[in-house]
Amino acid sequence: MRRVNSKSESLWSEEFAVEAAAEQYVSRRQFSKFLVLTSMGMFVGQIWILVKNWFRPTTVYKEKPVALISEIGIGEVKLFSYPEPADACIMIRTAADHYVAYSQKCTHLSCAVYYEKEANRLECPCHEGYFSVSDGSVLQGPPPRPLPTVVLKREGDNLIATGIKL
Amino acid sequence: MNRRGGLTAIDGAMALIALLLVVQMWLLTATLEAYLSGHSEPIFPAALISGLIFVGCFGLFLFIRRIDANVRITRQPD
Repeated sequence: MRRVNSKSESLWSEEFAVEAAAEQYVSRRQFSKFLVLTSMGMFVGQIWILVKNWFRPTTVYKEKPVALISEIGIGEVKLFSYPEPADACIMIRTAADHYVAYSQKCTHLSCAVYYEKEANRLECPCHEGYFSVSDGSVLQGPPPRPLPTVVLKREGDNLIATGIKL
Repeated sequence: MNRRGGLTAIDGAMALIALLLVVQMWLLTATLEAYLSGHSEPIFPAALISGLIFVGCFGLFLFIRRIDANVRITRQPD
């Protein structure tokens, strides 16, 4: 709608005869278009993750001696790092001839888990996430996934880490 | 369709789009979290579901456009 210019109005308001309220008005159709574009953006994000996953190189783990059998008693633990020095892991000797090892990073917020011998479970002190010693599965708390398992093999008196099972 | 009925239909469709967006947002964050932790199993199904949600949102947008156009055509002059 064109407004009639009066003497009190400046020249610019005649040239740009748009009401301030109308300028800020967003119609339902415009808003729904914005929502659909947001949905498209998130779909593109999903596709981006899919493409990144296709081109992700497979991790090759090197074998690394991590402990001597004689140095861990039954029910005792040994901390080590695998595959990189920054990747802390925890090994537990659960029986005379049975060893298990897991990543020490809690799958919730990466706090270090520790072995609670009396309850026979791995515990995260930050948010009371508990993990099973037998397979690393979540027993309670906020962790969304089991602890990554370090695959071990025995060669003589050595325990050797050969890979990580997510 | 009269103006009031048209607006109700449009508002309902917009609310549905907003609801689908929330689900899609959750799906994206969960997929990203799984990807970064090395789990690739949920990535393809999540992309498929996200695509379906996008198609649903687009369908609702077309519905809104159609209703809007119908209301404008049948609207009586003020």
